[in-house]
Amino acid sequence: MSWFAKLKQGLARTSDRLTSGVASVFTGRRLDAAALEELEDLLIMADLGPAAAAEVAQNLRRTKFGKDVTELEIREALAADIAKMLAPVAVPLDIAAARRPFVVLVIGVNGTGKTTTIGKLANAYKRAGKSVMIAAGDTFRAAAVEQLQIWGQRAGVPVIAKATGADAAGLAFEALEQAQQANADILLIDTAGRLHNKSNLMDELKKIIRVIKKLDPSAPHETLLILDATTGQNAHAQVKTFSEMADVTGLALTKLDGTAKGGVIVALAKAYDLPVRLVGVGEGQDDLQPFEPEAFARSLLGL
Amino acid sequence: MFESLSDRLSGAFKKLTGKGALSEGDVREAMREVRLALLEADVALPVAKSFIDRTTEKAIGAAVLRSISPGQQVVKIVHDELVAMLGGAGAGTELSLGANPPAVVLMCGLQGSGKTTTTGKLAVRLKLRERKRVLMASVDVHRPAAQQQLATLGLQAGVDTLPVVFGELAPAIARRAIDTAKRQGYDVVFIDTAGRTTIDEAMMREAEEVSRIVRPNETLLVADAMTGQDAVSVAEAFGQRLGVTGIVLTRVDGDARGGAALAMRTVTGKPIRFMGTGEKLDAIEPFHADRIAGRILGMGDIVSLVERAAETIEQEDAERLAKKLASGRMDLTDLLSQLRQMKKMGGLGGLMGMLPQIGAMKKQMAEAKIDEKLLGRQEAIILSMTPKEREKPDILKASRKRRIAAGAGVEVQDVNRLLKQFDQMSGMMKQMNKMGRKKGKKGGMPALPPGMGMPGAQSGAQPTLPPGLGAGLPRLPGMPGKGGFNPFGR
Repeated sequence: MSWFAKLKQGLARTSDRLTSGVASVFTGRRLDAAALEELEDLLIMADLGPAAAAEVAQNLRRTKFGKDVTELEIREALAADIAKMLAPVAVPLDIAAARRPFVVLVIGVNGTGKTTTIGKLANAYKRAGKSVMIAAGDTFRAAAVEQLQIWGQRAGVPVIAKATGADAAGLAFEALEQAQQANADILLIDTAGRLHNKSNLMDELKKIIRVIKKLDPSAPHETLLILDATTGQNAHAQVKTFSEMADVTGLALTKLDGTAKGGVIVALAKAYDLPVRLVGVGEGQDDLQPFEPEAFARSLLGL
Repeated sequence: MFESLSDRLSGAFKKLTGKGALSEGDVREAMREVRLALLEADVALPVAKSFIDRTTEKAIGAAVLRSISPGQQVVKIVHDELVAMLGGAGAGTELSLGANPPAVVLMCGLQGSGKTTTTGKLAVRLKLRERKRVLMASVDVHRPAAQQQLATLGLQAGVDTLPVVFGELAPAIARRAIDTAKRQGYDVVFIDTAGRTTIDEAMMREAEEVSRIVRPNETLLVADAMTGQDAVSVAEAFGQRLGVTGIVLTRVDGDARGGAALAMRTVTGKPIRFMGTGEKLDAIEPFHADRIAGRILGMGDIVSLVERAAETIEQEDAERLAKKLASGRMDLTDLLSQLRQMKKMGGLGGLMGMLPQIGAMKKQMAEAKIDEKLLGRQEAIILSMTPKEREKPDILKASRKRRIAAGAGVEVQDVNRLLKQFDQMSGMMKQMNKMGRKKGKKGGMPALPPGMGMPGAQSGAQPTLPPGLGAGLPRLPGMPGKGGFNPFGR
């Protein structure tokens, strides 16, 4: 199945809710204040957040207010608006050959899908002919190392690991050393999930980065923050704090195969201007895809 | 997690309290801010709407308009409504395990919501508090190493797990878990299911089949406090298909505003039983709607603070301390044990989070740069002293102080500061002791060292703001004053 079909399937429920709502609001009806408010509500229910929802709705007011509109027109207009908002942040991850090994540090709060994303990334890069190594840096959660080792076996990629409880920064250092010696193209570093409001855990993350820089001052070349599409407006706090602490360079939005809408990414794109690298649409090896704003917006609106 | 919502609401209510009397317009304006706050807090839209409708209706009317303190009245109405929606029968109750062991608890939820960790925490809780023989079994055959994760947790927690048989499918594991529990005389068996999206039909059917096989006494929906509007779909789907009997809200120690709790509670109609408050295995607490609602409104969680303090302080320590206090003699060893108790209660941060006005105060704390590491450093200073020095700090002269500072990795003035605090503290003890003799003994927590920026220290539940932090706080209705905790004044 193509990624688009998968995403579309994943977003079907979302779209159903959103579009059946839109349909009931706009079956050939005048776009008035009440209609706009209902529209705003629908966007809020897609996790856009009240501010972004209001803005998208206001945009529509400027162009279509007082006109008789059909449901399809509204959907098209909304999709176009959302795609336009998202277009600047749809920048895929470019593995620069000059940076070798290209170090990708994967961070995020607990349970967003960091380890799974690394497994999928390792598989994708391996199949693209790159030499990949993984550092099992989640030395805290029970069996996180084993989980990653299974992913490594699946992808045929070496996993550098220590026992649970080992120092994560030390492991990252050794992993980078080994990756440099092996002249690997890419090193993917997993980290333990951490709530962004826990300063000691954030310090630990800073230490990992500090230690990596001792071996390669330009590393990490990508600091990828994993966001769970199920997350609501707390995603703002996550992006803000992780950016401040760890200089995030890209986002990945996971779990788009459920009913979660991931609409918060629209607001995030506006607020933080961080590239959205990838979307996760399932638990399989291939369920990781580049972020395509138009397809995302159109799928979101059931087009 | 609810601090941010508190911030918003305090903003909205400050406007109200600024005026003498409330018009319908005032209430509606405040409610618009409450609505916005709720939406930004991820309260699902339909839930937020019904909340606003109900509270507006109650707030506009004679009671509010004629009330002496309208702001307080609105706070009370919003608070009561929050409590009513979050709580109700069964909120925060322990698991209902039935009369015939083994009782079965089925854990379900989305991927990454914290099912496995919560399973471990609940198992430990039952084992330690109720002396139950607990077995845990993971039927997650989908995520790599999921079963191993539970096995490892079991080892850490000292709770048995069902041995993993490679290649076995979920229903077979479930059957084996129940058989094993029956045969080996376990009281409770936890079935930890795989995380699943609610629209994955095959996975939902698998969960239903597992549920039919194990016939759970309790089916707990584990939900992340950070969940957004999807909370409605999640609650609907798991509620309908698996007959959820209760909710566990995880990652309450994060800073998510936690509106998902309202949605989950409303949509399932089932109580929120527990909340997860940290990564360690004992970081789980019963859910208390009134306390959480109080926290939402910035009134703190004083009851929980006192309870936690009571649980943490070891009996022996307390008795020893009481004796010393009574005699008016204390030494640095006592200070050390107090520092350690404070650390156990979650350090300054953990303690502060349970006190009122924390939203505003946290910001001021951050500005004032109060050092969270202070406790640890002070502990290190005392640990660098000889027993004799701890007992008789008077003997500490320059050279001893230099040695102690070097040993603790601090400056001599840090040692001096600690000694000064200790002096103040023992002075205060003596005073309290005199007062105590006059007025009879006072109960409550032992006093915490002064000068540490500890609010709520002296005798249980009267929060006092640390000096220098009290000024400039927004005056809020319902700030507890002297004489106990009464959020709404009299």
